[in-house]
Amino acid sequence: MRRLTGALTGDGQAARVVPPTGFTAWLTVFTAAAMAFLAVFALALSFSAGRLADRWGEALARTATLRIAAPEGQVAAQTEAALRILEQTPGVAATRALTDAERRALLAPWFGPDLPVERLPIPQLIEITEEGEGFDPQGLRLRLAAEVPAAVLDDHTRWRRPLVQAADRLRALGWAAIALIGGAMAAMVTLAAQAALAANAQVIQVLRLVGARDAYIARAFTRRFTLRALGGAALGAAAGTGAVAALPREGAEGFLTALGFAGVEWATPLAVPALAAVVAWAATRTAARRTLRGLD
Amino acid sequence: MIELEGVSYSYGGGDLLQGVELTLAPGSFHFLTGPSGAGKTTLLRLCYGALRPTAGRVTVFGRELSALDRDGVAQARRRIGVVHQDCQFLDHLPVAENVALPVAVSETGQTADPGNLSELLAWVGLGARADARPPELSGGERQRAALARAVIMSPEVILADEPTGNVDWEMSQRLLHLLIELNRLGKAVLIATHDLMLIRAAKSQVQARVLRIADRRLTAAGADL
Repeated sequence: MRRLTGALTGDGQAARVVPPTGFTAWLTVFTAAAMAFLAVFALALSFSAGRLADRWGEALARTATLRIAAPEGQVAAQTEAALRILEQTPGVAATRALTDAERRALLAPWFGPDLPVERLPIPQLIEITEEGEGFDPQGLRLRLAAEVPAAVLDDHTRWRRPLVQAADRLRALGWAAIALIGGAMAAMVTLAAQAALAANAQVIQVLRLVGARDAYIARAFTRRFTLRALGGAALGAAAGTGAVAALPREGAEGFLTALGFAGVEWATPLAVPALAAVVAWAATRTAARRTLRGLD
Repeated sequence: MIELEGVSYSYGGGDLLQGVELTLAPGSFHFLTGPSGAGKTTLLRLCYGALRPTAGRVTVFGRELSALDRDGVAQARRRIGVVHQDCQFLDHLPVAENVALPVAVSETGQTADPGNLSELLAWVGLGARADARPPELSGGERQRAALARAVIMSPEVILADEPTGNVDWEMSQRLLHLLIELNRLGKAVLIATHDLMLIRAAKSQVQARVLRIADRRLTAAGADL
C-alpha cells in the first residue's frame, strides 16, 4: 500500500518523462470509467439481491398457512377446531382466518374481482404468525391429522427455499461480476501499458542512457497509468451512482424498483475508484517490469 | 576506471571487434578513429554497458560489467557521461529538462540547481533555447545540448561519439575546450571522431592518445596523428 500511495504522491518528475499524449491515455481513462460505471451497477445489484434474500427469508420464515378443504357443512367446525389447536401450539404468536374478501382478493388476478367465493368450494385459509423459535411443523401436522383431517399445513419451506436461494445466487453473481470487471480492467490496462511501453522504446533508451534504473522507469509509467485509471474510475463511479440514484423508486417492494443502495451502502461506490487504482497500479507495474526485462 | 581486456564483439554472425585492449584511466584523453562502420560506436557502447562483449572482460569502476545486474549498470552509467551520435532526447520535454535529466533520474531527491543549469546552457550556447523542444533544435544545437547533459553530473568518464559532427569550427573548439577542462579536472575522456583537425587541435593543448580501429582490431594511430 505504501508503494501504491508513493506511486500516486511521489516523484512527479518521474511521470513527466512519459509523453503525455497518445491513444493509450484515452483507452485507460475510458476503460476505467466504463468499468467503474458497470461496477457500481453490479454493487447495486448485489446489495439489492442481498436485501431481498434477507427480507424474503425473514418474512417467509415467520409465517405459515393452514388450508382447510372440508366438505361444505364442516368447514366452520374444522376451522374453529384448527384455531383452537393453533392457540395451544407453542411457537405460534397469532392466527387469523382469512375473510371472504381477502380470499376473493387473492383469486382476483386469475378469476376477476366479482368471484362468488361463498358459492365455490374454495378452502378456508388460516394465516399463522410464528414467534421465538417457531412451532414444530411435524408435531402440528400429526395433531391436525388426528383432530382436523381436512387441514393441510404449509410452512412455506417448499417455495421459500428456491426464492431465497435465487436471491442469494443473484447476490453472488453481483460480486462475481465485480471480480470479472476488475479482471477485465486489469487486462485492458495491461494492454494499454504494454502498448505505451512499446511506443516509448526511445524514451526508455534515453532514460537508460542517462542512468535511470528500471524501477524508476517502471514507476514513471505506473504513476501515469494509476492516475489515469483513478481519474477515469472516479468519473465512471460518479456517473454510475447518479444513474442508480435516478432509478424509479415507486413500489419499492418489487425487485427492479428496489434496485439501488440503502443507507451506508451509498458510500460503497467511493471504493470503486480506489480499487481501480490498485488494479491499474498492479497491472502496470507487472507489465512494465516484464517489458523492461525484455528490452535490452 | 574503464578497462577492456581481450574484448570481442560479434554481430549478425561476423566479428565486429576482436581482442580489444583499452584502459581509460583517470585524467586520460583518448581519440578513437577509424572508417565508418569499423566499430567505433560499438566500442563506446561496450564501455558503458549498452552492449555485452561476446568474449573478453569489461571492468567499470573496478567491477566486471558481466557481474552487474541492471541496477548496477544504471549506477555505473551515472558516473559516465555519454554524448550519443544521434543525441537522443525526450522530445516532449524542453531542452533544460532534458539536460537536467541525469539529475532527475539519479533518485537522490535533488534537482538541478537552476543557476548552474542556466550557466551550463549558456556555456554551450543554448541559454536562449532552454525552453525549446529538441525537435526545434538544429543538429549542432542538439549536439551541444547532448554534451551539456553528459557533463551535468560531473561524471568521471566522458564518452563522446562524433560530438562535433554537426557544429561549426568555432563551436567545435568550444566543445573541445570544455572537454579538455573536464579532463584537467581528472576526468577520463574518449572521443570517437572522424575530425582530424579536431584531433590535431586537441593534441596541441592536451596529451591525447589516438587509437584507430582497423580490421576489427584496436591499435595506436600513426605518427601523423
